[in-house]
Amino acid sequence: MIETIKQDWFSNIRGDLLAGIVVALALIPEAIAFSIIAGVDPKVGLYASFCIAVVIAVVGGRPGMISAATGAMALLMVTLVKQHGLEYLLAATLLTGVIQIAAGFLKLGSLMRFVSRSVVTGFVNALAILIFMAQLPELTNVTWHVYAMTAAGLGIIYLFPLLPAIGKTIPSPLVCIIALTVMAMLLNLDIRTVGDMGQLPDTLPVFLWPDVPLNLSTLQIILPYSIGLAVVGLLESMMTATIVDDLTDTKSDKNRECKGQGIANIGAGLLGGMAGCAMIGQSIINVKSGGRGRLSTFTAGAFLLVMVVFLDEWLKQIPMAALVAVMIMVSIGTFSWDSLRNLKKHPLSTNIVMITTVVVVVATHNLAIGVFVGVLLAALFFANKIGRFMVVKAEKTEAGHRRYNVVGQVFFASADHFVESFDFKEVVDCVTIDLHLAHFWDITSVAALDKVVIKFRREGAEVKIIGMNEATRTVVDKFGVHDKPEEVEKLMAGH
Amino acid sequence: MTKHQITACIDGSAISTAVCDTAAWASSILEAPLTFLHVLEKSLSPAKEDLSGAIGLGSREHLLDELTALDERRNKVAIEHGKHLLEDAVQRAMAAGAIDVTGEQRHDQLLDALLACEESTRLFVIGRLGEDHDSNKQVIGSHIENVVRAIHTPILMATGQFSTPGNYMLAYDGSETADKAIDRIANSPLLSNLHGHVVMVGKDTSESRTRLDNACKILSNKGHQVHPHLLKGDVNSCLMDFQQGFNIELKVMGAYGHSRIREFIVGSNTTKMLSTSTVPVLILR
Repeated sequence: MIETIKQDWFSNIRGDLLAGIVVALALIPEAIAFSIIAGVDPKVGLYASFCIAVVIAVVGGRPGMISAATGAMALLMVTLVKQHGLEYLLAATLLTGVIQIAAGFLKLGSLMRFVSRSVVTGFVNALAILIFMAQLPELTNVTWHVYAMTAAGLGIIYLFPLLPAIGKTIPSPLVCIIALTVMAMLLNLDIRTVGDMGQLPDTLPVFLWPDVPLNLSTLQIILPYSIGLAVVGLLESMMTATIVDDLTDTKSDKNRECKGQGIANIGAGLLGGMAGCAMIGQSIINVKSGGRGRLSTFTAGAFLLVMVVFLDEWLKQIPMAALVAVMIMVSIGTFSWDSLRNLKKHPLSTNIVMITTVVVVVATHNLAIGVFVGVLLAALFFANKIGRFMVVKAEKTEAGHRRYNVVGQVFFASADHFVESFDFKEVVDCVTIDLHLAHFWDITSVAALDKVVIKFRREGAEVKIIGMNEATRTVVDKFGVHDKPEEVEKLMAGH
Repeated sequence: MTKHQITACIDGSAISTAVCDTAAWASSILEAPLTFLHVLEKSLSPAKEDLSGAIGLGSREHLLDELTALDERRNKVAIEHGKHLLEDAVQRAMAAGAIDVTGEQRHDQLLDALLACEESTRLFVIGRLGEDHDSNKQVIGSHIENVVRAIHTPILMATGQFSTPGNYMLAYDGSETADKAIDRIANSPLLSNLHGHVVMVGKDTSESRTRLDNACKILSNKGHQVHPHLLKGDVNSCLMDFQQGFNIELKVMGAYGHSRIREFIVGSNTTKMLSTSTVPVLILR
């Protein structure tokens, strides 16, 4: 236990501290940007990012993963904030945490196995597109200065790392923000800055209980939002955890992560922050910068708070164009470029699942709905594929005797095909159906077998079923009617 | 699977030769097959630093490729290095009279790897310090305490240089754990030909006298040559003095009989004994 703590926290101190600082610098613009998306003061996002990062560092299940206020969550809050205000958002954040902790105890993290690769890719791509789209309001109806600043910012972000010696030691998003802020102040440009977007934190966060009436109508307002937030938060966290697992070749505890996200969100809600979750882009930045342990996440949160509290006068001066540039970088970095190249290689059904997920998310601005549709579609495609693994071979053994060999999977998707495979027009005395290579999975398939048996009987043939393997037999015993004469009689009586 | 083999852990540190010799000695006496285990632990710290903080198109895929390539190179070298270590150890042990010697490599944490082979192992041999430590210091390696706590199979801890022991000392405190240890030694051929000293540190009461005599009787009934000793004073320093006075070449002790919380407050005799010992220690749990 002590060994694990040492391993998780202090096995990579230098790398974790440096990576944590790099991440904190990138978290500040993100937290501000996401607060603006949600329609709240930047301080709500900044307090949330601080609290979530620090809490998840201790209680999370995936060391080295960065969690904070995120765009995916912010998008779900927009209408709640608009219609009911900040206090209801804080209450919803608390409830989100409770739901997530419950999900952790119910071990819902393992449900992630039903989310196929193409749905994950669709989710990630949709997220990238949403982050990008959220920047568009900052880029419409503005002077050319803003475009120039944004372009310059992106230029700095991507070209600065190419510089020898200093390129890889100073985070380029930081260089971008400082350069653009200095430029805007020197030229006295009349463009929007962070200070125009709302209140920034000037003190350490204080503990407070959301000022909402504790009654049923409050619950009615916040519950739908909380469920959405909890689902999206867990989805993104689980997916990010898998990505970090792959990158670092280590394992994570998904159910502990669920509970951790819940605790972190409760903490955020009590400190006046909005709900958040794991961040794909920031986690990649963390791993890339050498962050591996819990200390990196903790440093990111702690350093962020120190920065915003002591530098709030300077933060106000940051032009929005600089933030937009950083956010466009995050969006580009989150997007799965390979998925576009793989469109040609992958089967059509996979591509349809991926693209549908993206389209649904972009249309609804709700990642949970997109993933739900994606998973449903993937399941249907899968059922369809497996349903094709079924064939009925007819074979004549002796005069007046027909033998059918059934091979493969019989279930709801292949039941109709199963029934159609028999020739009821043929006049035979005896029919043998050999099932020893077949699997009957559900009551639909059992009903189909009953139908076949009854149909043959009504044509005057005697039906023998042989070779039912154990799996088939149990299903048939449970749901079948053909071997219970009184049931068959009942069925026949209707005709 | 029966508990039949001896598993010895080597990591290429200075102590690995002592581990090898100690294991070979145990193997020849117990007539048990000897397996050398080299565990390739994953290092958490990344090999390369890029603090640019910028992510672009395909960053994730590139990062995965990059990290995979780095790990691949690092591990190939480590595997190669480990193979040489194992070969050397196997040869050395065979020359020293061990029987049926094999080498095995695993990607794992040391403790997990030991737990995985515990059910086929009757005796573990490990060094006091791993390769991360300076061999002269009086400390125990970062793994030892965790291994000793988690493993319930006897562990033989090698120290410094190995020389075939001619006698042993058994620290006896009259506890249930210690009685179990006595039983175990009595029934094992490992120490039956050595001259034994059963040492008890505590007040000279008739009760402790009887306990000590009983323990010696169990051993001598099984053909062991043992002498009882009852000493007064601080446990650790008494045992140290005794060891020096009688030229003890192997120590036997039970380990970590108390909870972690108690140890946090009063300290652990086991840790002290392990870290100060200059001769091999057989730990029975």
